[in-house]
Amino acid sequence: MWDYTEKVRDHFLNPRNVGVVENANGVGEVGSLSCGDALKLTIRVSDNDIIEDAKFQTFGCASAIASSSALTEMVKGLDLNEAAKITNDDIAEFLGGLPKEKIHCSVMGRDGLERAIADFRGEVVKETQGNVVCECFGVTDLEIERAVKEDNLTTIDEIIHHLKAGGGCGKCHDDIEAIIHRVRGEATMEIIKPVRMSNMQKIKLIESTLEREIKPALQKDRGDIELVDVVGNKVYVRLQGSCATCSKSQITLKNHVEAKLRELVTQELIVEEVK
Amino acid sequence: MRTIYLDNNATTRIADEVLEEMIPALTNLYGNPSSMHHKGAEAGAPLALARERVASLLGALPEEILFTSCGTESDSTAIHAALIANPDKKHIITTMVEHPAVKTYCEDLEKKGYRVTYVPVDRKGRIDLNTLYANLSKDTAIVSVMWANNESGTIFPVEEIAKKVKAAGAVFHTDAVQAVGKVDINLADSAIDMLSLSGHKLHAPKGVGALYIRKGTRFAPFLMGGHQEMGRRAGTENHSSIIALGRACTLAAEKMDEENTRVKDLRDRLEKSLLESIPNSFVNGDLENRLPNTCSISFEYVEGESILLMMNEFGICASSGSACTSGSLEPSHVLRAMGIPFTAAHGTIRFSLSIDNTDEDIDTVIECLPGIIHTLRQMSPFWAEAMAAQGK
Repeated sequence: MWDYTEKVRDHFLNPRNVGVVENANGVGEVGSLSCGDALKLTIRVSDNDIIEDAKFQTFGCASAIASSSALTEMVKGLDLNEAAKITNDDIAEFLGGLPKEKIHCSVMGRDGLERAIADFRGEVVKETQGNVVCECFGVTDLEIERAVKEDNLTTIDEIIHHLKAGGGCGKCHDDIEAIIHRVRGEATMEIIKPVRMSNMQKIKLIESTLEREIKPALQKDRGDIELVDVVGNKVYVRLQGSCATCSKSQITLKNHVEAKLRELVTQELIVEEVK
Repeated sequence: MRTIYLDNNATTRIADEVLEEMIPALTNLYGNPSSMHHKGAEAGAPLALARERVASLLGALPEEILFTSCGTESDSTAIHAALIANPDKKHIITTMVEHPAVKTYCEDLEKKGYRVTYVPVDRKGRIDLNTLYANLSKDTAIVSVMWANNESGTIFPVEEIAKKVKAAGAVFHTDAVQAVGKVDINLADSAIDMLSLSGHKLHAPKGVGALYIRKGTRFAPFLMGGHQEMGRRAGTENHSSIIALGRACTLAAEKMDEENTRVKDLRDRLEKSLLESIPNSFVNGDLENRLPNTCSISFEYVEGESILLMMNEFGICASSGSACTSGSLEPSHVLRAMGIPFTAAHGTIRFSLSIDNTDEDIDTVIECLPGIIHTLRQMSPFWAEAMAAQGK
């Protein structure tokens, strides 16, 4: 059984604001029957941009219903610009947290709100206009990109928990992986490299680059790498697992490990293997 | 709050009679059955009795019974044994609706170079026998078809399939975890080579199962490193649970009639009443060939986890084939293989009864569930749409 908070239980068993707002001037619809959950959010916005009323209709599990109910409580009375700032984390937090497999319920709430506001303003939500990557759940590349950036996601599982994308047949996993890589690649380029690093800073940056950029790729092929020492600009590493017995390990070391460390730490680095 | 336990295909309560026989094994009979002293002998005797009792329920010989840790181990052992014993054969036939114990193992074998045919089922969950037979070949090592499906309750004609499989020179295995105790089984008169069963589905504890291996079937052990179970399954026996399983099997034999009369009547009453009182609902499975205790029922435009949690507020325990309960995102592979429409697959509930259930249990469900479905439908955007489309 899921470990739902009392607040989730309360909003599920006693949902607030179920139904359709009369004279609504903003409607947001997300999800579908085949996806297993769906939300229709209706709002009425006053002349001075205040959300006067909000109601929901939701098909879905307890956390989907609770997230929708929470959302309506959160936005009622809010200025439109303030409401637009509500994130899925805010919804989850309002409920005292959600199981990680259920984060997508809070994302559905956020998306419903975003679409209702866009509908009121006569706009279209940009993310829905992308190319569909996950056919099972109809999730676009732009939605995945956004989740990777805003929620700082790094793995397929996290994407599945947030967006459901990739949670069906699994055929799109390579495409999702590519998006994560592309977006994260861009993000890592933004790591601020101190102009003059102390030895301590340099070692820390080497360590974190190994952890984040290099190890996961090697571990995918059942290999691994361990940092042994840093002397000046020489980085001594030990290859482990299948890397240790791989005929191409020297190529990996120079073309991948050294190149990445030079890119993200400093151009002067030389990587050497310790057996 | 009173518990109304209607999830017996997931697991059952340990019967009082069964527990009673277990206690001495957990206290006084602490010897290792393999030991050469009186404490060993004292522990060995009830073990032999348990083997006889399991064999008797199945119409088998005691030496054809191998005790395992669970149904899953029995399934893995059976498939593994058939493949090792027939190293030249690289083809397996199974169905699209098997329990993950068989399904996932077969999927893994595909990665290791075996070819697996997954036979489809129709809307009622009935297996496509023509496809199964058409795929039998000299390369087929084993055919594994469950006796009865855990979700729909549909019973497969395994005895008929076993004969055809035998004629084709392959081994036939059946996962009978859900069928044992509910369906008459007489292996002496059948062509079934191997059969898996699990203790906790028939009022014995969790952590014990058995595999029937027809005398003369070529076998290779899955666990090695000991002479237990005549060298076919190494590891010190789960002594008290095996004794419990033995008693559970005699109990199952005693209660089989009740399962097929009183329990079946309760199930039928539940089903009929729910269909009458809840619009847009339907029952899944092959109504003519179905386990007497199982009811798979779909409610359109609502989601299963919500139904389960609302029922839980009334003490009712059931399960769902919906995605959200399992943490996966799609409805169960069984419902998908049966082609249950998406309007209903997510809102499918399985009630599975046992001899423990009473009229009062069923009354409570009949009383509570229509209101729950109504509440959830009032919340569902699709219900309003569907009603508008129907002009209601």
